[in-house]
Amino acid sequence: MVSIHQISLRRLCRLFALVFRHNRHCSNSSKNRSAQTWRSVVGLEIHAQIQSESKLFSGASTKYAGSTNTQVSIFDAAIPGTLPVLNRRCIEAGVRTAGALGCKISQVSKFDRKHYFYADLPTGYQITQQRHPLARDGKVKYLVYNTDNWNKYNWKTASIIQLQIEQDSGKSLHDADRNRSLIDLNRAGVGLMEIVTAPDFTDGEDASSFVRELVLILRRLETCSGKMEEGALRVDANISVHRPGEPLGVRTEIKNLNSIRSVGRAIDYEIKRQIAELESGREIVNETRSFDAQSGQTIAMRDKEKLQDYRFMPEPNLLPVFLYDSKSVPMGVDRASVIVIDNLLQGLPPAPSESYERIHKDHKISIRNCVILVNEDGLLKMFDDIIEKRDAKALTNFLITDFLGVTHARNINLLQSPVPLRHIADLFDMKTDRCISNDNISQVLELMFDFPDKTPAEIVKEKQLDNIQDTEVLRAECEKTLLKHPDVVQRWKVSQQKEKKGRQDPVIKLVNTTMTALKNRADPLVLISIFEKLLSKK
Amino acid sequence: MELNAMIAAKRIATCTRNVRQKLQLNNYFSSKVPDVPTWVPIDKEKLPKVPELDEAMVNHLERLSLVKFNNQAGVERLYKAIEYANQLHMVDTEGVEPLDSVLENRSVYLREDKVTDGNCLKDILQNASQTVEDYFVAPPGNIPLKSSDRKSLK
Repeated sequence: MVSIHQISLRRLCRLFALVFRHNRHCSNSSKNRSAQTWRSVVGLEIHAQIQSESKLFSGASTKYAGSTNTQVSIFDAAIPGTLPVLNRRCIEAGVRTAGALGCKISQVSKFDRKHYFYADLPTGYQITQQRHPLARDGKVKYLVYNTDNWNKYNWKTASIIQLQIEQDSGKSLHDADRNRSLIDLNRAGVGLMEIVTAPDFTDGEDASSFVRELVLILRRLETCSGKMEEGALRVDANISVHRPGEPLGVRTEIKNLNSIRSVGRAIDYEIKRQIAELESGREIVNETRSFDAQSGQTIAMRDKEKLQDYRFMPEPNLLPVFLYDSKSVPMGVDRASVIVIDNLLQGLPPAPSESYERIHKDHKISIRNCVILVNEDGLLKMFDDIIEKRDAKALTNFLITDFLGVTHARNINLLQSPVPLRHIADLFDMKTDRCISNDNISQVLELMFDFPDKTPAEIVKEKQLDNIQDTEVLRAECEKTLLKHPDVVQRWKVSQQKEKKGRQDPVIKLVNTTMTALKNRADPLVLISIFEKLLSKK
Repeated sequence: MELNAMIAAKRIATCTRNVRQKLQLNNYFSSKVPDVPTWVPIDKEKLPKVPELDEAMVNHLERLSLVKFNNQAGVERLYKAIEYANQLHMVDTEGVEPLDSVLENRSVYLREDKVTDGNCLKDILQNASQTVEDYFVAPPGNIPLKSSDRKSLK
């Protein structure tokens, strides 16, 4: 064995040069081949649970995490002789969502049966809308961004092919040890909106940004909770790769992605896997795969049939759904009993992308902060209500760092915040007027949540958290600091002869010490000016 | 005898007149039911050929329909059934919208979104052959038909 010490320096250098050259060569070639000679194409199917009290076709509850098989009507258990009765709220939610996604809403839509055998689908078919979906042809503008690099963002538009209403299936727990599945039908028959996009996405970041935007849209409409961790929104991704100028490649489908992060990771993994397969001369098989979040890999699913034969047929137990424009409601029809599209589409909340653009443009707030303001339920409204003539950047910083810091720590939903808006505005003004130091802000906020009836002025006065305005008191404290820290004063003297850089350091040290002594009840800027005066006399 | 024959002839004439009157009445209400049955003989040569049913296809159909064709005779009956159904290809449906329901001009009834049902665990579990802690017990995943079920076809 040759130890590293025995190798001459010259040999070592040569070795490193070799390694370096090799690495560079490798990274170049892989870049050329992967990024330049392959295109990836991604389309999404999103299943969003409709936020309703009862199921799509039965009066059973849709509450999450109920005890096993208690939220099941005899219809949901597919007992022969039972019939579906359509839930009005589900159609209304579908219409509002379709409107927000810019879709054309069908005046007549129909239900179909889609057959497959699965233990959590007791009828053996799912009632869905295949031939005449509720809506088609939408467009959604969304912001593509990466939380690791906020400078790199861009706007894109994705096309929606259709939005259909359908039933959810039950849940299976797989008991591999005993070779059996345990079936809970609580979710069976809950209303879903299936949103099918065109293959408009290029990679994981792109697709996951779209899903993030869609979740935000649904939450604003209150048509879906968007809680992916509860399975209220699941994403299937269709992925293929091809060389530019050639037809699209064979696609694979990744099922049931249940977080925005998983959507991005699964798609990027699958693109890499397909490229690697094709480059090593193998073929891509049209198959269904699942994503393992732990290993970050996609795995072929075993129990899917090679050839799915859904045997679609019209659902004989449901008449078509008719929707009207307020002008087209026929004579003699009770307006209260029918769904009027334009009435439902009145007062749709603005799209998140519109909100981003508005505050980015009107208030010159950074994209990162725009995203935070828009994503936190209720925060944007708070911003809009407080802003008036106030400074937008300072207010954004106050809301994001100070205010959210406290609400997140206390796990408070802003929409249910007990603190009146004007108290928050007052506190911000006190901060702007330098009546209270940054270090005491969060303490005041905590107290505001403890005593929502008290104004910040009262709290500050009571707990003595406001800045001391009396300059005599401040100067006395500063002089005390100077006496206690002659070494820092000495350092300041030395620093005065140097270049500008580093001149302030000793002063800042003195200010910090004084601030602590004063329990943060001072404006550091005022202290700096006092110190500068005192020191210049020395 | 002659009288009887005359009476009989008169009765028949009356009956025919009544039928005619009835038919006219129907025409008056413009019934969609034709006066006389009509049919077109089907040229079996023009029908699409019944595809060859190999074992894989028979297995697939058995699985989808949950019906076992059991033996060669059963499979032959399946051929005949497909041939019979193929006659529908002779119906000219050009430009005709499919009719899903005779009530298709009426909108579906919409129920209010209220919880009115559920909480009937005992009722829905009573037909289950096996349950565990209020769950239905089912075989794991999608299981293909056992190979033993297919032997009878050979």
